[in-house]
Amino acid sequence: MSDATVTLEGPSGPKPKKYFTRRNLFLYGTLIIISAYYLLPLYVMIVTSLKGMPEIRLGNIFALPSNITFEAWGKAWNGASCTGDDCGPVSRGLRDGFMNSVIITIPSVILSIAIASVNGYALANWRFKGSNMFFTILIFGAFIPYQVMIYPIVLLLGQVGLYTKLGGLIVVHTIFGMPILTLLFRNYFVSIPEELFKAARVDGAGFWGIFFKIMLPMSLPIFVVAIILQVTGIWNDFLFGVIYTKPGNWPMTVQLNNIVNSVQGVKEYNVNMAATILTGIVPLVIYFFSGKLFVRGIAAGAVKG
Amino acid sequence: MNYRTTLAALAASVALPLSAFATELEVTHWWTSGGESAAVAEFAKAFEAGGDTWIDGAIAGGGGTARPIMISRIIGGEPMGATQFNTGRQAEELIEAGLMLDLTDLAEAEGWADFVNPTKLLDACTVDGRIYCVPVNIHSAQWIWMSHAAFEAAGTDVPANWDEFVAAGPALREAGIVPLAMGQQSWQTNLAFGTLAVALTSSEDWEAVNIDKDADVARSPAYTRVFEAFDTARKLSVGSDVNDWNQATNMVITGTAAAQIHGDWAQGEFQVAGQVAGVDYTCLPGLGYNEVLDTGGDAFYFPTNDDPEITAAQLRLASLMISPEVQVSFNLKKGSLPVRGDIDMSSANDCMQKGLEILASGAILPSGVQLFTEDTNNQFNDLMTAFWNDHSITVAEVQAGYADIVANAD
Amino acid sequence: MAHTKRPSQLFRNMAAKIAAIPMIFTTLVVFVGCTGWTVVYSFTKSKMLPKKIFETTELFSIPTPSWLSDGSLDFSYISGIATKNFVGLAQYERLWNSDRWLLSIENIAIYGICSLVFTFVFGFILAALLDQKIRFENTFRTIFLYPFALSFIVTGLVWQWILNKDHGLQQVVRDMGFENFNFNPIYDADIVMYGILIAGLWQGTGLIMCLMLAGLRGIDEDIWKAARIDGIPMWKTYIYIVIPMMKPIFATTLVLIASGIVKLYDLVVAQTSGGPGLASEVPAKYVYDLMFASQNLGQGLAASTMMLTFVIVVVIIIPSIIRAFGGKKNHV
Repeated sequence: MSDATVTLEGPSGPKPKKYFTRRNLFLYGTLIIISAYYLLPLYVMIVTSLKGMPEIRLGNIFALPSNITFEAWGKAWNGASCTGDDCGPVSRGLRDGFMNSVIITIPSVILSIAIASVNGYALANWRFKGSNMFFTILIFGAFIPYQVMIYPIVLLLGQVGLYTKLGGLIVVHTIFGMPILTLLFRNYFVSIPEELFKAARVDGAGFWGIFFKIMLPMSLPIFVVAIILQVTGIWNDFLFGVIYTKPGNWPMTVQLNNIVNSVQGVKEYNVNMAATILTGIVPLVIYFFSGKLFVRGIAAGAVKG
Repeated sequence: MNYRTTLAALAASVALPLSAFATELEVTHWWTSGGESAAVAEFAKAFEAGGDTWIDGAIAGGGGTARPIMISRIIGGEPMGATQFNTGRQAEELIEAGLMLDLTDLAEAEGWADFVNPTKLLDACTVDGRIYCVPVNIHSAQWIWMSHAAFEAAGTDVPANWDEFVAAGPALREAGIVPLAMGQQSWQTNLAFGTLAVALTSSEDWEAVNIDKDADVARSPAYTRVFEAFDTARKLSVGSDVNDWNQATNMVITGTAAAQIHGDWAQGEFQVAGQVAGVDYTCLPGLGYNEVLDTGGDAFYFPTNDDPEITAAQLRLASLMISPEVQVSFNLKKGSLPVRGDIDMSSANDCMQKGLEILASGAILPSGVQLFTEDTNNQFNDLMTAFWNDHSITVAEVQAGYADIVANAD
Repeated sequence: MAHTKRPSQLFRNMAAKIAAIPMIFTTLVVFVGCTGWTVVYSFTKSKMLPKKIFETTELFSIPTPSWLSDGSLDFSYISGIATKNFVGLAQYERLWNSDRWLLSIENIAIYGICSLVFTFVFGFILAALLDQKIRFENTFRTIFLYPFALSFIVTGLVWQWILNKDHGLQQVVRDMGFENFNFNPIYDADIVMYGILIAGLWQGTGLIMCLMLAGLRGIDEDIWKAARIDGIPMWKTYIYIVIPMMKPIFATTLVLIASGIVKLYDLVVAQTSGGPGLASEVPAKYVYDLMFASQNLGQGLAASTMMLTFVIVVVIIIPSIIRAFGGKKNHV
């Protein structure tokens, strides 16, 4: 970028008329090369999942499949470990966990966002004594490795009777989503012009009145960001899902782990890749369709920190 | 209409006693590979045949991944119906805390002590004279598995012991074959070390280190010999870049590697691949020297429960797991030895027969899980894998590190 | 803010305080409570189960809480006289004598520094490129961001496959005629941390780029115009004008990146399981393995206490650095 000839082409300049300027070649060239690095794994995942094992053993991983087969996808969805034999009650497919993941994700996302948004609002607009201290501790919480908290939280939930219940898992997701979400919401609400807030106070609106009538309607972008982050995080979670619920309610990632970590002789990379795509598809779709809103939301929230 | 409804209700009430038991029981375990899944399905099928429901709680990734989840469930007061642990000290503290169902009455009624062979297996389940677990299989670690195809390609005979194998190393290398397959997980290197130790030391020395925890013997020349062999082994395994044990086994199955030092569970993989013992591969217990096996294995524990129905189902499952039919069907699939001395295992293959013979002869040892705590075993794992992968660590250094761990073992 | 300066302390702001109860509960009970629990039990010889720091004797059978008798276990402080389970600093002594722990720290330092630098620089450059009023901005942005939707388990697995020595990158380059090309980060102890870094950057840079892009978009057009009229080269404008204006967003970014580094665990497990040998062990994995695989809770908690100490230092230092540089902005 230090090329002297481009100095006059600031980012805010008018759209260049000619397409093949040196600047454009450099710019798009760089972007395309970097895109290749980002897209390569996705390409490898898709291509590998469509190959059969013999082809994987012989060929290189970047080659297109010579015979497209969806066998691996079926195996990943219906059960990968049951080679030939009927496994009876012991099934190992992703489909067992899909609905569980949905059932876990929806309430966890809703509750964690509801609580974090109110927290962020209180911290931004209604500070009380000690609120900054709590906020600092909360940020500290973002750094605590989850593994350390397993036993204490098991014991806590056991005491209040929520252990292995869906409710307990929702609480855990709410707790561990709180640091980053509160940071986001707080930064967003701080950026809303204070005059609005003051005017509402003069009109006699209280804590909840201002929250629901003024803040919420203005906060769509940041809610989009929060929803995306939480859906992704909770959908991809393995540790909490497997520890805080029972086998019948285990999320899809548990089956993913079982597929990926159970080796049948050679690693069945095609089944593994199909399984990863199937598990990742929900957050991926959300990203592909709401990427624009995501950036807008972050732009609105995080900038004015 | 009314008549029909009554009939249906009647039919239902009649149908009920047919499926006499209908309790759901969650069973957690870490058996997810091909042979393992097939074996655990035998338990599940037998259990469901009685009308109960088996809720499978498989967690892949080995005991390290699965055990925290199991222990969490038990100490959180919402236990599963039954859970796997390795035979040994892993569940000790849970038993002491009163969290495991006492199976003594069942064991006495069924006379487990009369048919469990070797009887030591029940000792591993016993705390203060009460029995808390059902041993389901015996696994031994002291084996080397060798591919006939690989030695044929190298133009040598299939070795009959460790030294012959080492001698064949250069020829194998020349033929482009990795002499020794080894997975990267640390417990596998430690297992290989343990096997070399059993094979290359006298039983007095072995017992001094492993039972009496005598660090001086661990420092002695008798053990230097083991570490030197271990050093040779790591050189023979260069080029074996796989992670899981069954990936390493697969190298032997396909002949890209000549041999693997590994436990008898590797057998299941040969079986799934359709290979025949004595034709496609050879197994040598005790590396062809000391034909001694340890008696590790798996056991099922049944956490205490308030619900009498679940307790009843737990006892049904416990009784079923050790019953003759299930022992045969389960162990044939798993490639492990049964815990009963009184059943017909004639359908077992060559290697299993060898194991059964050694078992019958009484040449058995306690396994590492029974001798040392998990903490100590993992320290061994770390040391051995560091040595295996970092060729700048010398034999003297690793031996000194080993002796230190033995000295501090509890 | 004006409303914070009003009198009448306790009952003022009641609604806000009530609304903040979940947060107060989380911070005090979960984060502070569990941290305290961690520190206390790091001085015990707890093995699989937490052992009370002071053993109570039979003579003083203190009435136990009801949930104790139903089989679940006590983790609260119960005073007694015997100190059977208290081992002082023994766990810390063992920790700092453990080669594996020292190696873990070295590894996380390498990974952490590289990750911090590369994520920042890479994220910023990507954002700056996207900020050039380019066509297909949405497409490029989605491409850079999508890996963030995937879990670390998936990330580790995919990169393990791409870096596979027989089928992956190394083999492909060799097939192109570079027979001596060696790049096997999964099984080469010297470069394995960089293999993990490649995967980590792939997964995480997109989000940071988005934050940076948001920051760049927040900068007034007039500043660019003024700089251009003054003839200041673009790179100078970035370094001397734009970057200093983006400090708040750098703070958020820093929290995100740093917390990710400290917690690095899943990616390592999925990609290398800490191997070859111990070459890619990291502190969070040491904690987990010692607590659960080794069933030595005391040792695992000692390690996590060291990690938490480090974090407290960082969390206190980061805001003060920002305060020192940030000037007027008083939030974070």
